[in-house]
Amino acid sequence: MAVNYTVTPEEILAISGVNPRKCMKCGRCTATCPAFDEMEYHPHQFVAMVEEGRIEELMNSRSIYRCLSCMACIERCPRQVEPAKLIEAVRLAVTRQQGGSHLIPDQVPERLDPDMPQQAIVSAYRKYTK
Amino acid sequence: MQKIGVFVCHCGTNIAATVDVEAVAEAARHVPGVVYAQDYTYMCSQSGQDLIKDAVKKYGLTGVVICSCSPRMHEKTFRKAVSSVGLNPYLLEIANIREQCSWVHKDKEIGTQKAIALMKAAVAKVELDAPLTAGETPVVKRALVIGGGIAGMQTALDIADAGYDVDIVEKNPTIGGKMAQLDKTFPTLDCSSCIVTPKMVDVGQNDRIHIYSYSEVKDVKGFVGNFHVTIRRKARYVDETKCTGCGLCMEKCPMKKVPNEFNLGLDKRSAVYIPFAQAVPKVATIDPNYCLMLNKGVCGLCSKVCGAGAINYKDTDKDIEVDYGAIVVATGYEIMDVSKYDEYAYSQSPDVVTSLEYERLMNAAGPTGGDLRRPSDGKHPKTIVFVQCVGSRECDSKRGGKPYCSKICCMYTAKHAMLTKDHYPDTDIYVFYIDVRTPGKNFDEFYRRAVEQYGVHYIKGAVGKVTPENGKLVVQASDLLMNEQMTIKADMVVLAAAIEPSHSARHLATLLTASMDTNDWFTEAHPKLRPVESPTAGVFLSGVCQGPKDIPETVAQAGAAASKVIGLLSKDKLTGNPCVAHSDEMMCTGCSQCADVCPYGAITYVDKEFRMPDRTTKIRRVAQVNPAVCQGCGACTVTCPSGAMDLNGFSNSEIMAEVDALCR
Amino acid sequence: MVYNYFPGCTLKEKAKDFDKWGRDCASALGVPLTEIEDWQCCGGVYPLSKDEIAVRLSSIRALAYAQAHGGVLVTLCAACHNVLKQTNYDIANDENFALKANNYLAADGISYHGEAKVIHYLELLRDEVGFDAVKKAVKKPLAGQKIGAYYGCLLLRPGYKMDMDNPENPSIMEDLIRALGAQPVVYAQRNECCGGYLAMEDSELPKKRVTRILGNAAAQGADTVITACPLCYYNLKKYSQDSGVKVRYLTDVLAEALDVKEG
Repeated sequence: MAVNYTVTPEEILAISGVNPRKCMKCGRCTATCPAFDEMEYHPHQFVAMVEEGRIEELMNSRSIYRCLSCMACIERCPRQVEPAKLIEAVRLAVTRQQGGSHLIPDQVPERLDPDMPQQAIVSAYRKYTK
Repeated sequence: MQKIGVFVCHCGTNIAATVDVEAVAEAARHVPGVVYAQDYTYMCSQSGQDLIKDAVKKYGLTGVVICSCSPRMHEKTFRKAVSSVGLNPYLLEIANIREQCSWVHKDKEIGTQKAIALMKAAVAKVELDAPLTAGETPVVKRALVIGGGIAGMQTALDIADAGYDVDIVEKNPTIGGKMAQLDKTFPTLDCSSCIVTPKMVDVGQNDRIHIYSYSEVKDVKGFVGNFHVTIRRKARYVDETKCTGCGLCMEKCPMKKVPNEFNLGLDKRSAVYIPFAQAVPKVATIDPNYCLMLNKGVCGLCSKVCGAGAINYKDTDKDIEVDYGAIVVATGYEIMDVSKYDEYAYSQSPDVVTSLEYERLMNAAGPTGGDLRRPSDGKHPKTIVFVQCVGSRECDSKRGGKPYCSKICCMYTAKHAMLTKDHYPDTDIYVFYIDVRTPGKNFDEFYRRAVEQYGVHYIKGAVGKVTPENGKLVVQASDLLMNEQMTIKADMVVLAAAIEPSHSARHLATLLTASMDTNDWFTEAHPKLRPVESPTAGVFLSGVCQGPKDIPETVAQAGAAASKVIGLLSKDKLTGNPCVAHSDEMMCTGCSQCADVCPYGAITYVDKEFRMPDRTTKIRRVAQVNPAVCQGCGACTVTCPSGAMDLNGFSNSEIMAEVDALCR
Repeated sequence: MVYNYFPGCTLKEKAKDFDKWGRDCASALGVPLTEIEDWQCCGGVYPLSKDEIAVRLSSIRALAYAQAHGGVLVTLCAACHNVLKQTNYDIANDENFALKANNYLAADGISYHGEAKVIHYLELLRDEVGFDAVKKAVKKPLAGQKIGAYYGCLLLRPGYKMDMDNPENPSIMEDLIRALGAQPVVYAQRNECCGGYLAMEDSELPKKRVTRILGNAAAQGADTVITACPLCYYNLKKYSQDSGVKVRYLTDVLAEALDVKEG
């Protein structure tokens, strides 16, 4: 995938509205994350890595497509850091670039089954494509 | 003709680095009315004070301006100095050229200009200053302690020990507070009851201490040295003077399904009850919410069996009024409600408990007789997970979380872990922590013992979800050092819930006009130098009501509060603050606005007879300020629409003169 | 009182029964739903970023329509509910978003700042009809059924915006189940994610999630779980075999109890 990595940590903070400095590194986000096993970088690492400016590593990680947007980390974060918003911002930083879509229309038919609700397709499209 | 002296302090380099102090002194010499001006390294030093005193004598100064630090620091020092050479202390003004000038400016030129402006304003004010004399009021030699936990008991005992009478008002039927509910105390692991119940007995038997249990403070009037307090004695339905505490009524009471608050609802008690065996006073109380006689008019068994004839179903709330010289707040804390944190399943499983509940489950006088059994099925738990910081250290919490650290949880959790391992060595214990905070004498050693000697698993991480399933609590958690998510099948989960101020504290603070912080902890007069006094004169703070603290700190603070009370009560008279408000009765329209804004209740209205110019008399309603109650805040003076209210030492004309000087 | 209704795309296609039972029951309970005109898809997921404006416009159009027609918008699909309620909260509380969104919508003659009220079908039953009235309307009590409510994430989170129930220990569906004569089964995993849209990309995760959720429901004694989300329904149903737990829409059991189902 040809992705032109030019996103700054400041842009990620602006898109997400998150202040990672509020994090006290308690680990509740990672403790509660239902997609933990599928992730290379876990929610608490997202916060720390954005704070340290390691955006490119996150943009290249499959972790950004494994977040379920279930908002458990948002609900349970004691510092209102809300890691899922950072994950979304990094994913958007990728999908908004030319050729950055994670899901292309040609791939859709093979992934459907007769019972799959429209909601799943629309949601996946929203999350993976621009 | 005024003869004013101006003294400019360098404060080492604190002021002199950003203010040209010599230029300020030189500028002062050109201000009309100033006959002497001098700068000096440290005006507050003995030689600096001597310089001022000598100048007052030599030049016959009628007013003094000190350009130095905040008046909060040294106004008293300088007033005392000028007063020693015969100048009225209220003819001295401070121009704050440190906190409000040198510390906030970087540019020396700007700093100097501002210092000169502040000096001129102070000179303008001192020209209008009038000599003031403080009045005196007698002191009532009795103290009130609100709250009968370890803090309140210690304060009361120390005050009584010094020979003063003390009353304790306690909302529960017995004194003892939270400490009476604890099993062991850290870091020495001595039995809590064994050390607190003798204190309770001491309090109960002390001739100088009177306990108003099952009572609440309903109203507070008056001021330091002369508080007038209304105490509501809630209907107990048992005559305290007759009840012998035999407990027969409890035995016979047929209503035995009342959640027992002493055991935090982990077992039941009767409707007529004595909270626990060592209660002081050991007197029964009838719970009006559950008593069959009071609710349905049938039963009356307790009355029949009471040999002392102490039961009185017709009892009512009674108010008594008592005068005090000092009031100590010792209202303590509560455990935060954790029902909003139900990812930990507190509401879904009886085996998820708070730390205080765990304390009762370990206590020999608790619902299980000290045999640690989990509430659901009475089995010994083999795996226990402790969750730290539940509701503590949160930010903009949507579910009642607190921004502060509750301070005691790290230590009591280490204690729980070790005690559990002591009794049941085959128990597996996990503690999920963010940080382990153990500053304190022998505290870190205590925690390390839990890790090294007892093999308690301390995991840097958090619990995300507790799922009750098949008789177990499936704990999903993070281990941040391992970068892992882990699952533990536990038998019990113990939540270190945040502590919060007593729910009665906010109302009490309003009654006392004592200030609180945003978390409803009482505020101290100075965070470092006056930690046991509230900013309201005569109101003192003891224990956790001021902020989270452990037992040793609480006892230390309780003693400190007592010593402040003793210092106050040992005086026969109190010198007041002469900078109080007064009303010009000829200008007062009787509108009541000043009385409405007065936070101290110092203003009353009287109907007064005035002689009119035409020799008739007229009765008018006018404001009167009680100078002993007035704290000189000035709220009335800015509220008064007719300008009748004025403040000694800060009169309207003085303030305007300062403003004029600044604008010139 | 007009109850404007936003069905959403899935309820017009794969979840037609969910929709029909919902409408029939609402009519039977005296709160008939009026489908709003020209509604557009809500987008399925609420954007977690601050700068996604256009994706929320369809929701605002629906909200503005509801505002012009009595002020209440009812949703049944949990996903639509989440998107519409969060959009409504944000346009009322986030000035920057409100300004930008209204700039877009000015061309349609719309000016909207969160005046309408979004309620979920469950809130309609609880707050407008009342569970006592629901109980009275029950013709065939679901006696003997042990039903676990499956809330998922979208009905409850974020709690302060959805403002419908305690997001960590909800009771609204349990109260409904009780009103229908069945026995509610509380299980902790009822508000944990089913795997959601990851079904499109990687079915392993939804399978693992559902196994955990339904395993917990079964262990706590549920024979059925009910849901208000078509995607949850899909994931749960697909991997429900092992647990032996039946998966049904909440309006399915409601319609059964109210006896408004045909055939």
